[in-house]
Amino acid sequence: MEAWQTFAYIAASILFITGLKMLGRAETAKRGNRISAVGMLIAVVATLLAGGLDYTWIVLGLVIGGAVGAVAARRVQMTGMPEMVALLNGSGGLASMLVGWAEYVRSDDLLAFSAVAIVLTILIGGLAASGSVIAFGKLSGRLDGKPLLFSGQKVINAALLAVAVLAAALVVAHATGAIASGGALAFAVVLLVALALGVLAVLPIGGADMPIVVSLLNSYSGVAAAAAGFVIDNNVLVVAGSLVGASGLILTTIMCKAMNRSLANVLFGGFGATISAGSAQMEGEVKPLSPEDAYFILEAADSVVFVPGYGMAVAQAQHVVHELALQLTKNGAEVRHAIHPVAGRMPGHMNVLLAEANVPYEQLVEPDDVNPTMETVDVAIVIGANDVVNPAAKEDPGSPLFGMPIIEVDRARTCFVLKRSMNPGFSGVDNALFLKDNTRMIFGDAKATITAMVAAFKEG
Amino acid sequence: MNPLLLFVFVLAIFLGLELITKVPSQLHTPLMSGSNAISGITIVGAIVAAGEGGVLATVLGTIAVTAATINVIGGYLVTERMLGMFKRGKDA
Repeated sequence: MEAWQTFAYIAASILFITGLKMLGRAETAKRGNRISAVGMLIAVVATLLAGGLDYTWIVLGLVIGGAVGAVAARRVQMTGMPEMVALLNGSGGLASMLVGWAEYVRSDDLLAFSAVAIVLTILIGGLAASGSVIAFGKLSGRLDGKPLLFSGQKVINAALLAVAVLAAALVVAHATGAIASGGALAFAVVLLVALALGVLAVLPIGGADMPIVVSLLNSYSGVAAAAAGFVIDNNVLVVAGSLVGASGLILTTIMCKAMNRSLANVLFGGFGATISAGSAQMEGEVKPLSPEDAYFILEAADSVVFVPGYGMAVAQAQHVVHELALQLTKNGAEVRHAIHPVAGRMPGHMNVLLAEANVPYEQLVEPDDVNPTMETVDVAIVIGANDVVNPAAKEDPGSPLFGMPIIEVDRARTCFVLKRSMNPGFSGVDNALFLKDNTRMIFGDAKATITAMVAAFKEG
Repeated sequence: MNPLLLFVFVLAIFLGLELITKVPSQLHTPLMSGSNAISGITIVGAIVAAGEGGVLATVLGTIAVTAATINVIGGYLVTERMLGMFKRGKDA
């Protein structure tokens, strides 16, 4: 590698580090993203100018990939963002896997270290790629979002992992000349098993656990790039890949904490599929309310908190929520939107939707900010959220949700729950909130319900 | 192959963990898509494979360049779009 190229890669690494740091703060996030993009441009140009490259196929790939990426990024709806992120994770993982494969094909004599790097790249990249495809299928509704569990699942996964390790060892042994033949076959096995593991790892994970899976796959795609850096002996891949791996890991940890669960429990638990009836007996009665009657309560409210969940995304209700918030503000009420970290299907899902609807981000608050003030909230409006407001998480040690930090809407003076029906949430756990004295259920499509409330304000 | 890369790897992981603490939840999605675009750095390896490989390596490399470019361009643009939507009250 020429000296200038090394300097270019160092510059790119610095820009990635700076950009990623800035991406973590609201004031600097936009600039951070651009700085990191400049780093990427420098790395790509430095690679292209290295000399000795036939540009024909490179340009073809750049043009097709660039067009697909640009069109997808422009067209995607904010409600479709989880699928988009899954797809991006998958393409990154696939690219790293293919880089590992291409290097295996083109090197005649590999050192043990390189061979190990190649099989690791294939394993992690392949897992990220096929896992992301399944996650995409679940998030976009093409596959059933429920956890898919079958007997012997763990045994099969463990066996596959053992096969992968054995085959990987054979690839390394063949590359270093320890065994004479069978290298190509073992390599094919590593490749196929990596893809199979990705599929099997994501299938048993249900909809509400998707935020964890998406951030974990994000982490994998980074680690795969770092592994590819070992394969082609390139620092910038190692640095950039590790940074992404670390940031994905941090997000994953945040998500796990927000659900009070360990990573192992999410990955192997098949949450929601195995839970039987809750331990506490439900008491009380459902008190339905019409949107028109809800208006009279809202009209008198000084403090209103919206609590959105996945149901708001499904109903595409974010714009009417903002409209109602504007009406409430005009009426003199203080409006906040309380967002649980795992509400929706990916980290930050609700924030993105509300931002799309022009909700200023000062109105977005986290559970820790809103819970201490809950007694002073006149109306909490729960829109398509369920488990993240279930009081069983605080009160019922027998509940599978017990210990999960929630938004404590049951302590608000009045709580409206907008819901299609009385069906329990994703976890399959009944929600005692619906039967509390201060809860009013407003059944029907969330968007229609809120539109009716807005209309009542305009008339009123 | 250069074992010194392991040193770089470990340091970069630690740097990453130190760099991104306490991310406000509104930035979770942009952080994910933005960092994901960075993982498209594998495009460097893909370009080399597509440009100087044999037939099979060129085919694999070309697909890799395509996938990595989707990752890079799609990731940066979608992050830019999302961050453009985050507005403060005064400019909403």
